[in-house]
Amino acid sequence: MAKTGPTRVARRTLLWLVALTLAMTAVVAGGALSGASGWTPKLALDLEGGTQMILAPRVEGSGSVNADQLNQAVEIIRQRVDGSGVSEAEITTQGGRNVVVAMPGTPSQETRNLIQASADMNFRPVITAGAGTPVPEAQRTPADKLPKPTTPKNASDTAWLTADVVKEFEALDCSTLDKGGAKRSDPTKPLVTCQPAADGQPAIKYVLGPVEVKGQDIVTSTYGLQQGRQGTVTNEWAVNIQFNGDGTKIFKDVTQRLNNFYVQSGGDSGNNPQAQFAIVLDDKVLSAPRALAVITDGRPQITGNFTEASAKTLSDQLRYGALPISFEIQSSESISATLGGEQLQMGLVAGLIGLLLVVVYSLFQYRALGFVTVFSLVVAGILTYLAITLLGWAQNYRLSLAGVAGLIVAIGQTADSFIVYFERIRDELREGRGLVAAVENGWRRAKRTVLASKAVNLLAAVVLYFVAVGNVRGFAFTLGLTAIADLLVVFLFTHPTLLLLARTRFFGEGHRFSGLDPRTLGAIPLYRGAGRVRTAEDLQPAGAVSGRKSGARNEAERRMTIAERRLAEREAAQGAETAGKDDK
Amino acid sequence: MSTVFARFGNELYTGKRSYNFVGRARIWMLIAVVLVAVSILAPVLKGGFNLGIDFRGGSEFTVSNVKSTDQRLGEDAVHQVIQTAAPRVANIAGNTMRIQTDKLSDQQTVDLSASLAKAYGVTKDQVTSTFVGPTWGADVSQQALIGLIVFVLLAALLMALYFRTWKMSLAAIAGMAVTQIITAGVFAIGDFEVTPSAIIGFLTVLSYSLYDTVVVFDKIRENTADIATSTRRTFAEEVNLAVNQTLVRSINTSMVAVLPVAAILFIGAGLLGAGTLRDLSLALFVGIIVGTLATLFVAAPLYAWLRRGESGLTAQAEKVEQRRSRVEALPAEA
Repeated sequence: MAKTGPTRVARRTLLWLVALTLAMTAVVAGGALSGASGWTPKLALDLEGGTQMILAPRVEGSGSVNADQLNQAVEIIRQRVDGSGVSEAEITTQGGRNVVVAMPGTPSQETRNLIQASADMNFRPVITAGAGTPVPEAQRTPADKLPKPTTPKNASDTAWLTADVVKEFEALDCSTLDKGGAKRSDPTKPLVTCQPAADGQPAIKYVLGPVEVKGQDIVTSTYGLQQGRQGTVTNEWAVNIQFNGDGTKIFKDVTQRLNNFYVQSGGDSGNNPQAQFAIVLDDKVLSAPRALAVITDGRPQITGNFTEASAKTLSDQLRYGALPISFEIQSSESISATLGGEQLQMGLVAGLIGLLLVVVYSLFQYRALGFVTVFSLVVAGILTYLAITLLGWAQNYRLSLAGVAGLIVAIGQTADSFIVYFERIRDELREGRGLVAAVENGWRRAKRTVLASKAVNLLAAVVLYFVAVGNVRGFAFTLGLTAIADLLVVFLFTHPTLLLLARTRFFGEGHRFSGLDPRTLGAIPLYRGAGRVRTAEDLQPAGAVSGRKSGARNEAERRMTIAERRLAEREAAQGAETAGKDDK
Repeated sequence: MSTVFARFGNELYTGKRSYNFVGRARIWMLIAVVLVAVSILAPVLKGGFNLGIDFRGGSEFTVSNVKSTDQRLGEDAVHQVIQTAAPRVANIAGNTMRIQTDKLSDQQTVDLSASLAKAYGVTKDQVTSTFVGPTWGADVSQQALIGLIVFVLLAALLMALYFRTWKMSLAAIAGMAVTQIITAGVFAIGDFEVTPSAIIGFLTVLSYSLYDTVVVFDKIRENTADIATSTRRTFAEEVNLAVNQTLVRSINTSMVAVLPVAAILFIGAGLLGAGTLRDLSLALFVGIIVGTLATLFVAAPLYAWLRRGESGLTAQAEKVEQRRSRVEALPAEA
């Protein structure tokens, strides 16, 4: 029973893979048949073409934009477009006046509205705050403890925390919050949102009260080193805001209320979140300082933990919040693929030739085992294809020519997992093990290496995906995708297949063309027929025989003790028995 | 032939055949330092990289009411005026063509307008030109750079935790840096245009070279796990043996990785000339080869060198020396 384990597990694992593939195919087929998506991956701008929109930025109150504002405009648009999925839009300026956005497909009315909207900045009081991760299900407020609705007295009142707001707040996960986008929440309602992680500070989530001061009430914003009491310059960076008349009046009332919370909670040592107000841009919190004093002159100063760069960023954001740039779509026309069809064609032809070379090389190097490589690559290819098609549907992931090339390159890294594995098996065979034991031992050691090295790739993919923008983000996506497909294939296909193959006669007896022939590998088999078992003389003379058993052994130094040899023999014999049983 | 290769693998495995990666570290380091210095000096002396239209912006021509929307016509017209350019031609809404090139001089702009008008059979006033800004602006580069730094720091931490020594992290990162610098140097020396595709290639190379190093280092970790109690080989010899034992893997993996890339580079891009395919495959081709070599010749010897002075290891080396002088009379070991 225990010994039939590996074979059964291997078969079950292969069934899981089939089930996974079928499930993915079913979803793709469902999407394609219902007309919601297609059978093929969505293609990016360079391969398929799309829509080109020329946008004229308009700054309220003044006719034209300067170069600085134009760059800001590009940045805003990029955030908004990237927020709508991994679409690899091309964004550029034209003639120093306009912003040109080219995106694949036809943008929906929603996307067009999003692009046209002006930046939305406002100030809201904080009602409560927490770490940027969702509260575990078990620790969430039970339904009967959720607050009953009451009428809030002011914007900071905890009465805004209705049952729905509390539920939304507890479930919110800052890491999945859209990167860009320009959602417009109702300014008279509370808002549940995040301050994204930045500069080593973790993400924080907030429940904010209704809008109190609007971005348009900011006259200007500057940044600089903080002035001490006697006019001396300190080393602390600070951001200064200047409000207009309306803003000054409202901000005075707000800080009066917030400063009360600050004083009541024990001043500097207290940590009542209600003493904070949040500066919100496009529904994301930029900064949430505490009101340390009542600001009567409309010139608040924000301090604390700024670097020169972060102070400049916040000050810039405050300024363009004050000067909301809106965009007028001047023209919107379809555009053909920027790369000629022949680029894709040649790329695919060359890729196929390359693949063929890989097949020839694997067969040459690994004989019949090479087929396992080839089939594993085919399985990886199918999984990747399905995943890309699905993600095109769900995430608007689009394949560019760079992406196609990236996938072709991934062949090398995927094949490496098998190569590492096969080489470890061969190493075990060189030690004189039977194939069944060699596969199991080789796998144990190869698994570590494969996991450690794929972790590096996944890390690169995750970091670049979350930090970078534009093309780089699309690349990170492809990299992560292929790394995951690779792991799935090694664990769910290559290893179980080898477990089964090791029990066949062709591989188990080390046929000349199996690629696992112990003779070619220079191994001296344990059992050499006619009752002869490998003896110490067959091995190179060595120093002391060591019975030390350790997880990571030094196999070149290692020699088998009698006990180990018997164990290996027993294992090999039992392995053969099992194979016999399973064949029936 | 395959048998020969298998024997090669066997001999590397047992230590019968051995290439001295660690022992000759000085030579490899010297070569690496020279190549890195050249790669850094080349762009400095040349005044920077040959950045593409996506980074610097360029000229854009719009041809309206064209007779044919064939993109080839536009590409040929550009090549008549500027031979080396890699123009991007697209068809916009019906019968308008958009042609983007690197920034042109006034004379070139006039020439190209005429050439395009002729190619598409329109009058000169139907060709308009303007300047376009970079699509890969400073904000994209900045975010990519931040991502890169965060990744390298986290990768260093990950490796230090996994291998339980920061010296492996340092050696791996150094190997990766050498790979990156030399790959970039090839672009500078060959005056190849740096495009977003090339940058994507550099990033792929970055993750590939670290990946490759981790695989080899994991074997080193296995071989040196019992170093304190073993008197068979010194630490440096164990490192060298591990590199030799994984040499077949290194050769096979880099071959499998490079074959498709080489096919794209030499067949695909060779026939088509400059373009996304060439930029990407060139960066990858160079990077994969250099990355594999850097693991063998830079990262592994550097790791052995970083640990050479550790008291535990020098004591162990002495023990190895003692044992060897004792068994000298016995037959030589394989």
